Amino acid sequence: MSKLLTINDLTVNVKDKTILHGINLEVDRGETHVLMGPNGAGKSTLGNAIMGNPNYEITRGSVFFNGEDILEDDAAERAKKGIFLSFQNPIEVPGISLADFIRNSLDCKNGTRTKIWEFRKELDEKLKLLNMDESYADRDLNLGFSGGEKKKAEILQLLMLNPTLAILDETDSGLDVDAVRTVSAGVKEFQKDPGRALIIITHSTRILEQLHVDYTHIMVEGRMAETGDASLVDKVNREGFIKYAS
Amino acid sequence: MKEKTRVDDVDRNLYDFRFEESDEDFYKVESGLTPEIVEQISREKKDPQWMRELRLDSLKAYNEMEAPDWGPSLEGLNMRDIVTYIKPKTEMVASWDEVPTDIKETFERLGIPQAERESLAGVGAQYDSELVYHNMKQEVAEQGVVYTDLESALHGPYSEMIREHFMKLLPARDHKFMALHGAVWSGGSFVYVPPGVKVEIPLQSYFRLNAPGAGQFEHTLIIVDEGADLHFIEGCSAPKYNIANLHAGAVELYVRKNARLRYSTIENWSKNMYNLNSKRALVEEGGKMEWVSGSFGSHTGYLYPMTILKGDNSKCEFTGITFAGKGQNLDTGLKIVHSGKNTTSAVNTKSISKDGGIGTMRSSVLVNPGAENAKSTVDCATLMLDSDSCSDTIPVMDIRTQSADVGHEAKIGRISNDAIFYLMSRGMTEEDARAMIVSGFADNVSKELPLEYAIEMNNLIRLEMVGSIG
Repeated sequence: MSKLLTINDLTVNVKDKTILHGINLEVDRGETHVLMGPNGAGKSTLGNAIMGNPNYEITRGSVFFNGEDILEDDAAERAKKGIFLSFQNPIEVPGISLADFIRNSLDCKNGTRTKIWEFRKELDEKLKLLNMDESYADRDLNLGFSGGEKKKAEILQLLMLNPTLAILDETDSGLDVDAVRTVSAGVKEFQKDPGRALIIITHSTRILEQLHVDYTHIMVEGRMAETGDASLVDKVNREGFIKYAS
Repeated sequence: MKEKTRVDDVDRNLYDFRFEESDEDFYKVESGLTPEIVEQISREKKDPQWMRELRLDSLKAYNEMEAPDWGPSLEGLNMRDIVTYIKPKTEMVASWDEVPTDIKETFERLGIPQAERESLAGVGAQYDSELVYHNMKQEVAEQGVVYTDLESALHGPYSEMIREHFMKLLPARDHKFMALHGAVWSGGSFVYVPPGVKVEIPLQSYFRLNAPGAGQFEHTLIIVDEGADLHFIEGCSAPKYNIANLHAGAVELYVRKNARLRYSTIENWSKNMYNLNSKRALVEEGGKMEWVSGSFGSHTGYLYPMTILKGDNSKCEFTGITFAGKGQNLDTGLKIVHSGKNTTSAVNTKSISKDGGIGTMRSSVLVNPGAENAKSTVDCATLMLDSDSCSDTIPVMDIRTQSADVGHEAKIGRISNDAIFYLMSRGMTEEDARAMIVSGFADNVSKELPLEYAIEMNNLIRLEMVGSIG
């Protein structure tokens, strides 16, 4: 059986500037990968490229998901295949409630109308898990949400949409200690299913203290500088990224 | 990387249907407008003398006045092509069962029986120029509320009340198309809510145009007496035809002391329609006028509901949305006149343009010298869905008192690629994502509508938005 995600020699341009230079990465079911690196290393670019953001141009390489080449798929098709990206800066959408947004996403993803009672019940459970008041569900999507609330709303979507591969882009940035703990609880919930995989993009380590990690990748200037196990996180914590500087 | 998105023209087939009728079913007058035609209409209507005179005076005004030269072009409109009056043979009927099958089927496809089943208060559905179906729930009638077609009301106990109010707010000399309306008006509704009566469920009326080349000149007259409360809904939809179609209706609304009237409209005329509708409300002391207005259809539109806040402490709220697609030039807006003291107005409009559509939003706020402490806020937001489309906001404020508080805010935006990507990353197709963002943008209007109309409006937006993506 093929790996869940196989990235070969991925080279990505943004506005004619090459950001990623030949990235290789394999992620399998049940694994949690951490992607670390200094600002501007290209971590978010990798997340966006995997999700299919049209602003990121793939100039070389391949991305296979479940053995299928997905580079021709748009973001919606990739989402349907089971890929999820938690955004660093989620967009505010006036006039659409968080609940309607999630329900609509589910409808589109599954191709069927989601039953309202079951949906609402599950939503309430997940809201509770994330220490979010039920009223969030009826507020306009991300509108007037604090940084922490936006991140929690992203995790809520993650848990409701139930993808196979989740990429969390700086989900812990800007969160206070309690919020980090809450978000971690949500991520842990996602990790429970051995059929799923997780890529956590971060440049801090706070969120990782409470999560199981299988692999750590250090990314510098658009290249993978080092790959190791969870202990690499501690090393980065002690030494920083300075040794990778060119 | 995907190429630039282009959204195709809307498939309006859902609304562009029509049952073929043979000409013999209809009573027709000759195309074009002469005193003979106006007299003929008047005779046919069995108008009282004053109405016959009003029609002829209006015709005179029509012939003397010029068409507006400041808005969208009216070149495609040739009055000589317009059969002004077409009347189905069907007489007024009391129950749905008695409506002729072809007419009924047309209405059924437009969803009217559904609305009826949803236990709304009454339905006055206009087929071409004549009311063919008119029903009202018993409990509303028992409250003393009058809801009837204007023609029969002219011959009933409210004839004097109608005479006192008919075309007093909107006189024939207001503009050329009002004059035309005065000459040939036909059909429409009369509503009177007695003092203190709160009508719990909205009254609604569904107008549509069917015959090719037929103008529609329905007249709506609503009087909400002291302390009374009413929500009236007017919905419009018309099948598409090749010949220019004209709509020059009139809506006159009287909101008495401490009364409240909400007037909601979803207009979805087919895209060959020239919609030159006029609406005006007069609000007495402590009264409140609420407009909810959605304009989706028409080839060309001139629509500026006006509110006169005559009484002290009277209020007006205006919530509107305009969607101008391919080939559409929709000039919409509103006018508010503050005359009483401590009067307030709050305006919130959204305008969407797409595929080269032109949306112009005119707002005019006049604060008269005596209108101390008048407050007005006007908020206009515009969403352009591509670079071919055009949106303009033209605010006018004329303040003639020292103590007024008047604000205007206009915002113009496009849908960002980041927003589209965000929604798509959750599984929505690009067109679903755009439709969702536009629905959200229109939310201030749909929130104000009863559920089934909100759904209808969202369906219209979906219909407008979901084309092929290439």
